[in-house]
Amino acid sequence: MRYVDEYRDPQKVRQLIALLHDAAGQLPHTPRAPLRIMEVCGGHTHAIFKFGLDRLLPKNVEFIHGPGCPVCVLPMGRIDACIEIASHPQVIFCTFGDAMRVPGKTGSLLDARSRGADVRVIYSPLDALKLAEQNPTREVVLFGLGFETTMPATAVTLQQARARGVTNFYLFCQHITLLPVLKSLLADPQSGIDAVLAPGHVSMVIGTGGYDFIPDTFLRPLVVAGFEPVDLLQGVLMLIDQTIAGRSKVENQYRRVVPDAGNPVALAAMDEVFTLADDSEWRGLGVIARSGMALSPGYQAFDAERRFHPAPQRVSDDPEARCGEVLTGRCKPAQCPLFGSRCNPQSAFGALMVSSEGACSAWYQYRSQECEV
Amino acid sequence: MNRVTLAHGSGGQAMQQLIEQLFLTAFANPWLDEQEDQARLALSLLTGAGDRLAFSTDSYVIDPLCFPGGDIGKLAVCGTANDVAVSGALPRWLSCGFILEEGLELALLERIVASMAATARAAGIAIVTGDTKVVPRGAADKLFINTAGIGAIPVGLTWGASGIQPGDVLLVSGTLGDHGATILNLREGLGMTGELRSDCAVLTPLIQTLVNVPGIRALRDATRGGVNAVAHEFAARCGCGIELQERALPVKPAVRGLCELLGLDPLNFANEGKLAIVVARSAAERVLTTLHQHPLGRDAAIIGEVVAQKGVRLTGLYGVTRTLDLPHAEPLPRIC
Repeated sequence: MRYVDEYRDPQKVRQLIALLHDAAGQLPHTPRAPLRIMEVCGGHTHAIFKFGLDRLLPKNVEFIHGPGCPVCVLPMGRIDACIEIASHPQVIFCTFGDAMRVPGKTGSLLDARSRGADVRVIYSPLDALKLAEQNPTREVVLFGLGFETTMPATAVTLQQARARGVTNFYLFCQHITLLPVLKSLLADPQSGIDAVLAPGHVSMVIGTGGYDFIPDTFLRPLVVAGFEPVDLLQGVLMLIDQTIAGRSKVENQYRRVVPDAGNPVALAAMDEVFTLADDSEWRGLGVIARSGMALSPGYQAFDAERRFHPAPQRVSDDPEARCGEVLTGRCKPAQCPLFGSRCNPQSAFGALMVSSEGACSAWYQYRSQECEV
Repeated sequence: MNRVTLAHGSGGQAMQQLIEQLFLTAFANPWLDEQEDQARLALSLLTGAGDRLAFSTDSYVIDPLCFPGGDIGKLAVCGTANDVAVSGALPRWLSCGFILEEGLELALLERIVASMAATARAAGIAIVTGDTKVVPRGAADKLFINTAGIGAIPVGLTWGASGIQPGDVLLVSGTLGDHGATILNLREGLGMTGELRSDCAVLTPLIQTLVNVPGIRALRDATRGGVNAVAHEFAARCGCGIELQERALPVKPAVRGLCELLGLDPLNFANEGKLAIVVARSAAERVLTTLHQHPLGRDAAIIGEVVAQKGVRLTGLYGVTRTLDLPHAEPLPRIC
């Protein structure tokens, strides 16, 4: 399969691993105090576990699994608000599949569907708009979720809704922006992140310039990387090379997808439809300043929360859950006292067990037998 | 008369007409033609073929009703026939119960019944007894079918998961996930073009080529939950573990493409015409050759082995072995 197999080729992977081992020998880091690379994106985390890439790294290099899984960092209270809206009999509530099982205080959207709510899994935001046009007597709510990766598609959908005069279509906006959380994590003196693998798909939209503060202010090297094993390992090699050379700069491994300037058409659509909101709550990480997105004044007629006024919900994370420590590299998933017992994919207690891209869920899915032995 | 009405299930003239004009005509065979309340099967036909009865039932509620490679009628024959056939028995007789939603187009019902009849006939199976119910609109989704099947297991044939031992190997009879990927694409309106086609087939002819091959431990028809679910069933039943090799898994490019796009795994996708077979290592090559010689087994492959350490694991392309978890529920596509 083109664009996949060449980036999974075992021979290329073996060559890269050999190069990594050679390069890592020149690092001052040791297995007890390894070079800690945060892969920001949940897609990276999933690929690392699926292919076992962390097992192939030199012992003095380790991955810290970052916060870039939009489903994981979704606060429980927001799910409760979704369920409240979805429970209106006239509402068709549309969501991406992996948000279906995220538990709120009153269960998940999947539970709400079994109680009679009309909740539908969509594959593109445009499917939701089509539903609105096909069902003029119903009110269709799109659950807009994700970072800059999914924001352009939501924005274009709302532009089309406005252009076509669709008045029974709404957005529940849970879009969040990635850079503030990186800033917050790097500013935490306990986080211990030595280098950053930046997310390919977010960067495809925003470009690479936005990351300059990471080498400039925090003196950490950063490489934008793709999602296949060859991409990830090459990204790690580039970070090790920077570290050895004592450099900190933004580099782009994923040039076949990520232009340095990003995608101007997508950025323009986002700029028209969204505006930076105030602080936003991130499950497992708390409130992060100016990290949420809201609809811009011209699009507020589409705001589902203005239309349905769900009760504000605030559900605190359980103090026993160590999600925040996993996210900052201070704890491995299986070291959390709740892992696999009270917290498992069927009844996720903490954020990182919720989506298959969360570090704990990936660990559970791909490593659970190692916890038994 | 172009739609099913409640009268078609009422026991009156409309029902008689439907049974005579549609079911009796399509399924015609001596047992059904007797029109008693039950099929009367001569025991000698069974005892001549074996010493134990294989008996299985399944219900079919698939949506959409028709898909590339089959329809709910063909599926209702294949699925139950295969469940009987993996014991080594020849599935001979099937019962069939229809639950019809009021308003169902009769032309569609006729098409599905014709498909059932053709599939059964081609496989040497007689549909010998049946039932029809009609429920009000909204009480069922168009059409549900239940079938039950029987056949005799030949004397001395004892295939079963409890005989599986460490050192045995696991084979599949062909590509993974063709049915599941086809249905997902249609049901969710994903609009993928390419060679997505259900593998729905009666596997009896393929299974019968294995009846006299020594060293076969167990066969399963890898339907819902895919080969992963069967691997977990085998492992749990025999108290051993199973390790699969990722690079050995046969997957069609179109199915792989769909899985890559949605973040799903073909190991978890349903098949409707594929066997998972555990055989003694010494028999593996012979079984593989036998499978390859049959059109239904052309893409057969050895995909893993049975080991003493419990659990199901997958060794990836780079030699790292990881847990192969059985999904709690139907996997949902990832957001990005």
